[in-house]
Amino acid sequence: MQYSNENYKKLAGEFSPKSPKVKDFVFAFVVGGIVCVFGQLLLELFLCLDIKEEISEILVPCTLIFIAVLFTGLKIFPSIAKFSGAGVLVPITGFANAVASPAIEFKNEGFVLGVGSKIFTVAGPVILYGTTASVIYGVIYYIVRAVF
Amino acid sequence: MAKRIGKDTVILENYPSIIGYGCVVGKKEKEGPLGSYFNSFDNDARFGEKSFEKAESRLQKIAVENALKKANLSEKDIDMIFAGDLLNQCIGSTFGLRKMGISLLGLYGACSTMALGLGISAVMVDSGAANTAIAVTSSHFCSAERQYRFPLEYGALRPQTAQRTVTGSGATILGKSNVLPFINAVTFGKVTDFGITDANNMGAAMAPSAASTLISFFNDTNTMPCDYDAIYSGDLGDVGTKILLKLMLDEGYDIKPNHNDCGLMMFDRKKQDVHSGGSGCGCSASILNSYIMNEFETNKLKNILFMSTGALLSPTSTMQGESIPGISHLVNIKMR
Repeated sequence: MQYSNENYKKLAGEFSPKSPKVKDFVFAFVVGGIVCVFGQLLLELFLCLDIKEEISEILVPCTLIFIAVLFTGLKIFPSIAKFSGAGVLVPITGFANAVASPAIEFKNEGFVLGVGSKIFTVAGPVILYGTTASVIYGVIYYIVRAVF
Repeated sequence: MAKRIGKDTVILENYPSIIGYGCVVGKKEKEGPLGSYFNSFDNDARFGEKSFEKAESRLQKIAVENALKKANLSEKDIDMIFAGDLLNQCIGSTFGLRKMGISLLGLYGACSTMALGLGISAVMVDSGAANTAIAVTSSHFCSAERQYRFPLEYGALRPQTAQRTVTGSGATILGKSNVLPFINAVTFGKVTDFGITDANNMGAAMAPSAASTLISFFNDTNTMPCDYDAIYSGDLGDVGTKILLKLMLDEGYDIKPNHNDCGLMMFDRKKQDVHSGGSGCGCSASILNSYIMNEFETNKLKNILFMSTGALLSPTSTMQGESIPGISHLVNIKMR
C-alpha cells in the first residue's frame, strides 16, 4: 500500500460523508429560537403572576434547567438534541443536560466516587474556563471604569 | 500439525472443526436485517443486571452456554477458553466466565478479538494442546459509550462517519470432527497505522490493516478473492468498506463481488440511524456464530474468509492526540 499518511488522510476524506451543515444550522437556529421564545414567555408569565422582575429573571433559567434535567432523566433530551443540535445544547438547557447526564450515568459507581467525582466530566471545562473568563472580564472592566 | 506458509499464514492440518457455536444480541440488533438468525436476545439493555458492565459479562456467559448447548457438551468437556472484550482489563470476559471452571486465556485485540481467539483456538486444537477450545468475545453499546465517549443521556451529536457499537456476543467451540466446517488457515495481522486520529472514523483507521492482512493471506496461500464464496470483514462500516475496496483494487485484488462487512450487515443503515454501520467485538462475533454458520449448515457457503478488524485506541490515547492503529486477523473457514 503506497500511501503516505497525508495521502491516506486525503483518500479517507474522500470516502467520509460530511455532516449536513446547512440542515444542522437551520434546525439549530429554529429550535434555539423556540427555546429563547419559550424563555421570554416564561418571563412574561411570571411577571403576570405579580412576581418581582428580578426574581422572575432568576426563575426563567431555573425553569429551563428543571425542564432540561427532567427531559434528560426521561431520556427525551438526546432525541431532541439529535435533530436540533446546538439549538438546545448552546442555551442553558445544554448545560443542564451536561451535568444531569453523568449524574444518571455514574450512579452505579456510588454517590461519592461515581456521581460526586464524575458529575462535571462534561460540564467541567465550561465551569472552569467560564468562571476564569468572567474573572478576567471583571478585572478588565474594573480597570477600564477606574481609568475612564 | 500447524505449518507456517509464506510470511504470515499458518495452515492447519488436523481439521480443527467448529463443533458448536452460539450468540446473543440486544434489541436493536434483533430488529436489524439479520434479526431472524438471532435466536437469543433480550429487549432489556441491562439483561436483568444492575449495570451495563454486568450485562456485558452476562452476554458472554449466555453465548458460551448457547454454544455448549449446540455442541451438546458441558463446561467440563472444554479444555480452554480464549476470551476478550472492550472493557478496561477485559472484565466483560473474566467476570462473565469466572464460574465456568475452564482454563481461561484473556485476549485483547479490540474488535478483532473474534478472529484472534478463533485463530489461537484453532492452532491449540490442531496441535493437540487442547481437545476442545472456545473463542468468545462481546461488546455492549452502553458500556462502550460509557468508556469511550459520553454519558448515554448526554445530547452529543455524532458525525456521519461514526459507528454504533453492537450489543452482542458470540462463542465458537472448536474440536475434532470429520464432517463439520473447519479452520483451514489463519493469518494473524500486523498493527497498521496510517495516521488517522479521528476516533469517530474508525472505519478509516482500520481499513489499511484489513487490506494488509488480506494481501498477506492471498500472497502466502497463492489464492485470489474469487477462490472464496465470501469474504467477511468485521466492522469497517460504510466508510471503511469503501476504503478497503479501493486499497485492494490498488493492489490488483477485486474483492467487491464477494466481500461483505458485518458492520454493514448488522443494521439497516437507512432506518436504524447507525451512521456508518455497526462496530464492536460483538458485531463480527454474533454474525459469525449465527448467520454465517447457518449458511454453512445449509450448504450455501463452503469456503470463506472471516476477518475481524480492530481499532487499537484507548480513551487516553485519543485525548493525547495519538493516531489510531488498526489490526485485523483472518481465518479461512472451509467445509470438509
